[in-house]
Amino acid sequence: MTNTILVVAETTADTIAASTLSTLTAARELRGTIDILVAGVAVEAVAESLASMADVRRVLVAEAAHLSGGLAEDLADLVAAHVDGYTHVLVPATTFGKNLLPRVAALVDTQMVSDVTAIQGAETFVHPIYAGNANETLRVLEPRKLLTIRPTAFSSEVLAGGGAPVERVDVGEPKGQSREAGLHVDASDKPQLESAGVVVSGGRAFGSADNFRLLEDLAADLNAAVGASRAAVDAGYAPNDCQVGQTGKVVAPALYIAVGISGAIQHLAGMTDSRVIVAINKDPDAPIFGVADYGLVGDLFEILPELREKIRVLRSEPDSELVEA
Amino acid sequence: MKVLVGVKRVIDYNVNIRVKADGTGVETENVRMSTNPFDEIALEEAVRMKEAGTCSELIAVTAGDEASNEVLRSALAMGADRAIRIDVEQPPQPLNVAALLAAVARRERVDLVLLGKQAIDDDANQTGQMTAALLGWPQGTFASELTIEDGRARVAREIDGGQQILELELPAVVTADLRLNEPRFVKLPAMMKAKKRPIEDCTPDALGVDMRPRVERIQVSEPVPREAGVRVADVDELLDKLRNEAGVI
Repeated sequence: MTNTILVVAETTADTIAASTLSTLTAARELRGTIDILVAGVAVEAVAESLASMADVRRVLVAEAAHLSGGLAEDLADLVAAHVDGYTHVLVPATTFGKNLLPRVAALVDTQMVSDVTAIQGAETFVHPIYAGNANETLRVLEPRKLLTIRPTAFSSEVLAGGGAPVERVDVGEPKGQSREAGLHVDASDKPQLESAGVVVSGGRAFGSADNFRLLEDLAADLNAAVGASRAAVDAGYAPNDCQVGQTGKVVAPALYIAVGISGAIQHLAGMTDSRVIVAINKDPDAPIFGVADYGLVGDLFEILPELREKIRVLRSEPDSELVEA
Repeated sequence: MKVLVGVKRVIDYNVNIRVKADGTGVETENVRMSTNPFDEIALEEAVRMKEAGTCSELIAVTAGDEASNEVLRSALAMGADRAIRIDVEQPPQPLNVAALLAAVARRERVDLVLLGKQAIDDDANQTGQMTAALLGWPQGTFASELTIEDGRARVAREIDGGQQILELELPAVVTADLRLNEPRFVKLPAMMKAKKRPIEDCTPDALGVDMRPRVERIQVSEPVPREAGVRVADVDELLDKLRNEAGVI
């Protein structure tokens, strides 16, 4: 049987989220026909751009005000109304997809799989459990496979070369059970944590939000995103959405620099797939050194300024080129 | 209003888990178990609602074998009025748990179902959303703030890139994020008292729920370990390695 795949796109403002591109890569691994569903308002440009990507058969557009706030009640009804005819439904495992897909799954009476990191066949999938300390391989016995895809496990490369038609679909009636009463987003122009090539992350050892600026300065020099351990977030040094770990974000940059982070298993769950890990910590026995490619034992308040200074010198050299996202 | 809180017994979050050599699962014999941390937060929130007078009755429920009674006892010690254990042998899958929770929520006519956002063993993050769907109720997932006013739940949600405020019609399902509150410690006298309280036993059959597994575990394996790294002496050596060995700067 040929696989027929529906990808539900995540969009931020009027751009395609990188997580959607990773999900598209996962869909390609299923080797079937791929349709993409885009919901929201003013998604015309996003739909056109998705239609131009390789291996896409159709782009379905559901344009309505009640589909714009990411409200699960309305979106889940929409997706559930469109799953017929598909063998697989894929959504990014971001807060958008985690909120949405389980609701869809229950509406269509299907046990789904969360946070898929590898696709081994049409019905066999691998995902991490126990904060990434084990991998579970599952065979889904359901007639339709519903999966959230861990974005860092699949490439977010844009493959152009498609020319799919864009079709409007019925948007349904608003349920009116929920309403977005406010939205506070971090409007910084820094690289996005999940897609940055370099992440510098700080922990409790910084001691204050003021001191945490040392890390932000280093991040600016490296064009890196700023991450944080739960301890640093709870202490108020960094905002919630910087948290890396089992309960925060999962990152896999080319370079992850952990400063003053001990390396609890919950934190490691969010970063051990980074290509190169650097740990800077004054405790030589900190568990973070167990996963670090390069470990430097010492006081972060002495090391960070020196590191910044020397990186600036490096960057000023003509042949220097930093890893970009 | 009546509040239903779901709790799950899991391997304690401080335990370094071991994958069984035969790949059938994770070692749970002689391993310290406790209440899923996110469920404790959900429970604490409901207890605070009781203290504030917004919750008139707090029911704690779990689906598990007899050993799961211990998480219900701590729920009672924390402030739950009643406890229900739905007897299941195998660890149930989220859709099955959601069906059980929906059935109990209907039977008890609750106004709010409060759950943790995910269990730290299966890391699924599904049950709350599924329960909401089966009940046809709105959902407030990953909640870091919850207030009830004028028959509505106002929920601040942790989302990628910031925070979203939702207003939900009641009845509703809310799942707790770590930042919702700091759960209290249970004092020994409360724990002793809770030991004497009855726990209602119930079965999936009595609730009309089919527990057939719909996803089959083929294998559990250890993740590929990272190769041991090196210690560098100073910043110069670090930068040299990053540049000339790893090629990332």
